Amino acid sequence: MDSLIERFLEGDRRALARVISRVENETAEGRECLRALYPRSGRAHSIGVTGGAGSGKSTLTGALAAAFRRRGHTVGIVAVDPSSPFTHGAILGDRIRMQDLTLDPGVYVRSMASRGALGGLAPTIDDVVAVMDAFGFDYVIIETVGAGQDEVEIAGTALTTVLVNNPGTGDDIQAMKAGILEIADVLVVNKADHPGADVLVSQLQALLTLSPAGSRRPPVLKTTATRGEGLDALADAIDEHRAYLESSGELERQRAIDSRHQVLSIARAILLERIRQATPEEELESLVQQVAARRLDPHSAAESLAARLRA
Amino acid sequence: MTAPSTATKIRVLIAKPGLDGHDRGAKVVARALRDGGCEVIYTGIRQTPEMIAEAALQEDVDVVGLSILSGAHLELFPRIVDEMKKRGLDDVLLFCGGIIPEEDTAALSGLGFQAIFRPGTNTQDIVKFVFEHVKK
Repeated sequence: MDSLIERFLEGDRRALARVISRVENETAEGRECLRALYPRSGRAHSIGVTGGAGSGKSTLTGALAAAFRRRGHTVGIVAVDPSSPFTHGAILGDRIRMQDLTLDPGVYVRSMASRGALGGLAPTIDDVVAVMDAFGFDYVIIETVGAGQDEVEIAGTALTTVLVNNPGTGDDIQAMKAGILEIADVLVVNKADHPGADVLVSQLQALLTLSPAGSRRPPVLKTTATRGEGLDALADAIDEHRAYLESSGELERQRAIDSRHQVLSIARAILLERIRQATPEEELESLVQQVAARRLDPHSAAESLAARLRA
Repeated sequence: MTAPSTATKIRVLIAKPGLDGHDRGAKVVARALRDGGCEVIYTGIRQTPEMIAEAALQEDVDVVGLSILSGAHLELFPRIVDEMKKRGLDDVLLFCGGIIPEEDTAALSGLGFQAIFRPGTNTQDIVKFVFEHVKK
């Protein structure tokens, strides 16, 4: 165990891979690794890349990593794809769009399955990002599952959230709805070589003028990731957002909010596990049956489970 | 729908080395393993031995399955195994499939490939093989 962490700290990529697996599988060793490594995290800038399925997130993530590499920075990438709700299996195919990075010693790409988590991420995403951060990457890019309107969790994991849009995917009312657009720090219109890109850029800009006065207005950028176009401007916009976070005091505030959220959500999982352990399967099954037969409401059933903790 | 599971999953890399561009077989196998409950990393076609070994390292996979139709397996597979050993990946379960003549079986098992799946294989046999042989 100690030797694994030693090798990790020496920069051994195999050790990094092993630590990530232990953390992802939530083993006791994984928690031990995290305890040792967490104090070393907090230096990397984390970037979330989110947007619809097929919007070009993987290609954009790869091209953005290449842009940071040209500037001499190192990059860790975590790419999340969905797990099957039925078999829990997954096809993780984001690497296909990042082939050019595979043999670059300054880049590490890890695919993660969502394993039942909601919100386009994976249950242990924050831990895996912390591990990559502790390994010493300058940037950690998190690519979400294809997100629709409401997958906003990425904003609590990444410091800068990049929302990827495409021309031809709905009118401007779509973009006015509450949800994902509100969490974007940088807006990207990818596949900008397709018709309608300029119209979408102006629609997004027009919408942003409706934001409350005094709030930071996210930039809207055009990219064609398959050709590497617009990536330097995107890298600049991300660095500018980082500078804004630091100078405005927003960085400290966001970190505090994210940490609170993380601690509470882990506490929630621990409590649920304790309730499960304190409840015989037959009792749970009987409550579930009563709810299914509409003799009991689900809130009362949950209350009686929670009451077992006090006993 | 069953409860979400975060238990340890079998991670499999399915890769196609060399220049043949037909990956239907590899995709069918990837899909079967997904339906069997594995997390399958699919890297696409035209992978060099170095790329396959490096992806196996970064993804910390338990299993690597190689698909090949070009006839270059005795050329490419030893190089892949070599690149994996160089990176300390000596405990990964290896299997392969595709157009592989019977007379090459001994050479491939000598390299560490524990199974060769040829055209006509039932995909369930591949899933069963992975679950029975993986070290967890």
